[in-house]
Amino acid sequence: MTSSKDKFLADSRRVSEDTQARAFRESGLEKYTLARSDKVARYASYESARSAAAAIKYAAINNLAEHLESFTSKLESRGAKVFFASDAARARDYILQVIRENNAKHVIKSKTMTSEEIHLNDALEDMGLEPVESDLGEYIIQLRGEAPYHFVFPAMHLSRRQVSDLFQERLGTHPTDDCEELTMIARRVMRQLYCTADVGVTGANFAISEIGAISITENEGNARLTTSLPRIHIAIVGIEKILPRVTDLAWFLPLLASAGTGQMITCYNTILSGPKRADEPDGPEEMHVVLLDNGRTRLLADAEQRDALHCIRCGACLNVCPIFRNIGGHSYGVTYQGPIGSVITPHYQGLQEFKHLAHASSLCGACTATCPVKIDLHHHLLQLRRDAVNEKPSITETIAMKGFAFLMNHPWLFKFAGKVGRFVSPFAKEAQGTLFDPVPGWTQSREAPQVAPESFREWYARHQKGKR
Amino acid sequence: MNISLFIPCYIDQLYPRVGISVVQILERLGHQVIFHDSLTCCGQPAFNSGFWEETRDVACKVVETLRRADAVVVPSGSCGAMMRVFYPQLFEGRPLEADARSLAMRTFEFSEFLVDQLGVTDLGASFNASVTFHDGCHGLRELNVKSQPRALLEKVTGLNLIEMNDTATCCGFGGSFAVKFPMISTAMGDTKLANARATEAPYIVSNDSSCLMHLQGLIDRQGLPIKTLHLAEVLASR
Repeated sequence: MTSSKDKFLADSRRVSEDTQARAFRESGLEKYTLARSDKVARYASYESARSAAAAIKYAAINNLAEHLESFTSKLESRGAKVFFASDAARARDYILQVIRENNAKHVIKSKTMTSEEIHLNDALEDMGLEPVESDLGEYIIQLRGEAPYHFVFPAMHLSRRQVSDLFQERLGTHPTDDCEELTMIARRVMRQLYCTADVGVTGANFAISEIGAISITENEGNARLTTSLPRIHIAIVGIEKILPRVTDLAWFLPLLASAGTGQMITCYNTILSGPKRADEPDGPEEMHVVLLDNGRTRLLADAEQRDALHCIRCGACLNVCPIFRNIGGHSYGVTYQGPIGSVITPHYQGLQEFKHLAHASSLCGACTATCPVKIDLHHHLLQLRRDAVNEKPSITETIAMKGFAFLMNHPWLFKFAGKVGRFVSPFAKEAQGTLFDPVPGWTQSREAPQVAPESFREWYARHQKGKR
Repeated sequence: MNISLFIPCYIDQLYPRVGISVVQILERLGHQVIFHDSLTCCGQPAFNSGFWEETRDVACKVVETLRRADAVVVPSGSCGAMMRVFYPQLFEGRPLEADARSLAMRTFEFSEFLVDQLGVTDLGASFNASVTFHDGCHGLRELNVKSQPRALLEKVTGLNLIEMNDTATCCGFGGSFAVKFPMISTAMGDTKLANARATEAPYIVSNDSSCLMHLQGLIDRQGLPIKTLHLAEVLASR
């Protein structure tokens, strides 16, 4: 079996060589960049908004137990059921049990990354159900049998033509390049399904502790239909989604929209606080909230990196990341792509198995600079590299690093190595591509620099002598 | 002022011209520059690989040797960031923490030292060509060095600075990243070079030789009609 790392290396290499696909990604992200800068410029002080949001999240995450208790008791007092799932299997089991107990036959979903995280669709299909994704992008990739490419823009890698071909093949529709028409095709399918579905599955963007309610942000209106038409609503919510007060949304809804999609505010923002009440004509009869841990408390225990739980999943760090822009989303091979994914995945799914994600970064810091809740993303990648070494150092790398430290701590040896390098470096070109190439990773695409005939320290010694 | 010069390992061995230019510029401004022959490297390669213990072995010597310097000038945003931003983290809770924090406050990237500490922008340099400037990420985002190199380049007689698109985007070097993930690094470098070449300037100037080593390597392999130069080399030319 190939390891996550081998698969990552193979996939990222293949994608980064595809300049046409890169240009397509770049043109999509260019539109985002312009829209985002325009919205950021409308803030009196975007920096203050980031600081305020970071402070609110800091307070929420550092009092998480208290907030989760308040959230749960308030929400349950209005008739919803809250289930704490310590891992993915328990979350799936609970959801399947709700479905079984209600003898439900049709499941419709609105966009939820926590559902991807626990691989809910596979589990539903295993029990003979056919869950349908109602978010347009998610629906497209579901038809293709793919995972989301980007956790905010799941189908950003596909052109209109590809979507049209897909619809033609799977739904028998006529080819069209028109976005509106493509949307209408999906909409016609969805409208039928909303009426027959007995279960609607969603995520949540925020869980508000003060009032015991979830807040869902979307652009298509599909989440509203998913949460109101089916008899049962199940929301899968990461425990880090907590916001203390309902007024905190005044910061977070505009920030999420600006940073995530370059909008002033997303089209639909809905606060859901329980199932249908006795005096209400519609809404779900049952509302279940699955609070998902699945590794999050492990991250919470890490004081140095716990600010990664501030994440509001806006995806801004992916959009600015030169690695994401060159390797695309599928190469990561995990639920959460990009810088935030590379930080949280080793915590959630295992440091040794996923430490390569922490190394697959030039540490440029563009992610940290853009994060609306100021997560210290690229420094966490460095800390993860350290943690991986402390936990299980590789023998060859340890020898290399001990050698490095010895070399650098002995200037005579450093100077001697420089002299050897000076002698050897003209021949290095001959070694390129052979077994004797000392740095094949460098020379496969780049010429190696030459060691200078006189080092700086030699020049400096001469220079000082000349002055005397 | 007691100015100590910290010359990164690769500048010492591969690009001595950069260090020489720094000495020439500071001496022309009337300053004595001290170079400590016992120092070779800031330890960043081990640090970025996760080997903090080995990094401390190298870094403690730097911290101790530079204890008495009034200012430490580093012609690299990357090594400068290592000493200013990461040394305090590296020695947190250890005996050298106070010294590391003190060194951090006295460490300056070369262009920021000239502009912010010495208050100089006009060095009497002349360089007859168009150039485009590449911001090294560590200098840009760890040290907030952005305006200083531009202020210096503006005063160079005959020089025309043409900004490239996405100037704040990483060139793809990233230390060991460049050899561990060569294709990603190369794709990033190619994007950077395409932006630089679109300016039609014959030179890419940067305050980080490590970025330039990567870009020059790509340029040489592909035979592109553009050259890289360190900021200090431009500022020392007459």
